[in-house]
Amino acid sequence: MFKDSERRAYYVMILPGLALMVAFTFVPLAYSVIAFQKFNPALGVQGSPWVGLDNILYMFSLRDARQVFFNTIFIATMKMIVVLVAAVAFALLLNEVRFLRIRRSIQTMVYLPHFLSWVILAGILRTILARDGLVNDFLAIFGIGPIYFLGQPNIFPWVIIFSDVWKEFGFEAIVYLAALTSIDPTLYEVAELDGANRVQKMRYISIPGIAPVIVLVACLSIGNVLNAGFDQIFNLYSPIVYSTGDIIDTYVYRIGLIQGQYSLGTAVGLFKTVVALILIGVSYWAAGKFANYRIF
Amino acid sequence: MVFRSTTDRIVDYLITTLLILVGVTALLPLVNTLAISLSDKAAVSGGMVGLWPVGFNLDAYGFILRDDKFWRAFGVSVLRVLLGGALNFVLTVMTAFPLSRSTRAFPARDLFMWLFVFGMILNVGIVPWYLTVSGYGLLDSIWALVLPGAVPIWSVILLMNFFRSIPKELDEAARIDGATPWQLLWSIYLPTSLPALATITLFSIVGHWNSFFDGLILMNNPDNYPLQTYIQQLVIADRPALHGGQAALMAQISNNTLNAAKLFVAMIPILLIYPLLQRYFVRGIMLGAVKE
Repeated sequence: MFKDSERRAYYVMILPGLALMVAFTFVPLAYSVIAFQKFNPALGVQGSPWVGLDNILYMFSLRDARQVFFNTIFIATMKMIVVLVAAVAFALLLNEVRFLRIRRSIQTMVYLPHFLSWVILAGILRTILARDGLVNDFLAIFGIGPIYFLGQPNIFPWVIIFSDVWKEFGFEAIVYLAALTSIDPTLYEVAELDGANRVQKMRYISIPGIAPVIVLVACLSIGNVLNAGFDQIFNLYSPIVYSTGDIIDTYVYRIGLIQGQYSLGTAVGLFKTVVALILIGVSYWAAGKFANYRIF
Repeated sequence: MVFRSTTDRIVDYLITTLLILVGVTALLPLVNTLAISLSDKAAVSGGMVGLWPVGFNLDAYGFILRDDKFWRAFGVSVLRVLLGGALNFVLTVMTAFPLSRSTRAFPARDLFMWLFVFGMILNVGIVPWYLTVSGYGLLDSIWALVLPGAVPIWSVILLMNFFRSIPKELDEAARIDGATPWQLLWSIYLPTSLPALATITLFSIVGHWNSFFDGLILMNNPDNYPLQTYIQQLVIADRPALHGGQAALMAQISNNTLNAAKLFVAMIPILLIYPLLQRYFVRGIMLGAVKE
């Protein structure tokens, strides 16, 4: 019968994708049981001794680990806030530019860093932030510096936050620009007839018009509170700034893969996985409740 | 048009100027890198190069042209883009299509959908992930770079939403003529989804070109590094500590011109497809929002 053959075809289509997802997502999840073992690669998962919650408890006792959790949340949260503010401000201002061609050119300039990898951008940042780099040359005009941007623990997190703004603010602005263009132009015309000035139109029409999108983006970013940006930090940090710049992902990489403490690395990673899963659940719930968003 | 006052127009110019400045500033770091790559080594180590090359020459690029290691890494990257892009494309289409069907046509649809979304938000730790991939015997193989991410679930959702927005009439007409699901997909859904397909393809090209970390941990032999990993090792990992000795500093500086040139060459493929990226990524972001 046709119905059965149709269903069979759908199963056949979905099978390869499903198999790969199981192999590279669910199998590693099962492998995470080594978080509760004293894992020895020579003995394998079956032969390694079980230690219960020892690794998890040990993780909580490490001062490094606590610092790393704090750094992660701090950097990730500040990134979200600063990128969001910069993107909204940029979208609102760009919306005031009347010449379409200029508007497009500006967009072309600010979107570019989004498409470049953090390897490339970190290479560039290391050059311009060096002691004799572009930025310190510029600051020297005002008699400031030289500042060791990548070598001072109190400055380093802000270098991370603002370089992320550089890469992403333009691209994040796309959703706000789209929301702005979908605002009914007659609203502005009526406001002008009533004598509203530019600031008033922005305050009473544009901002309320994009508020739902801002709420949505804010809700969805809850799920990213533990993602402070591995690629970026990995390519910019050094032991001098571990105290403020080391994040969960870089820490797990070092203790797990470089030092070979597989079980401890897995325990920290698993803790992150579980918390992230809860946070993403919360973020989708909040996005659905406050912004009426459904992922599919 | 409503009358606009002089102040209003001045504010217009101020905003436009400000934004052009912001745009130019966003590009200055790239211009600086390009200028360094085209400058004389001595000028670079003297910290004299700003936005314009000093002592213009193409030595660094000439050196790269003869650098076998660079081109081998470049080749690995091209290979992973081609192979990984093709895999991503086929698997995204084959996964998205059944998921776009109604539960009446494909009863297990909701179950699979939840599985894939769970797989997407599940962020498994790097250690068990590494142990899994190495357990499959994929270390030092090109497949290690393309198989683990072969099903980009975000692209699947994007394409699924696009498929669902295609009018059902076409589908029903073909079905009455006895078309199988494969024929429906091939002759109706794919031809009408070209913009969405372009978007997901560009997503995977950029993703593959830009990733370095899988290459770093899954390739033991540096000969197998993709370009981003090669550059990462060269430009970033090999740098002496910031407060290293004077000799180390001098050695590093003499390499700055060459490193800048390598960074720039690695950017070229992205710059070449940038017009497409701008068009389709923006569209893709909007497509992601398309709902039933």
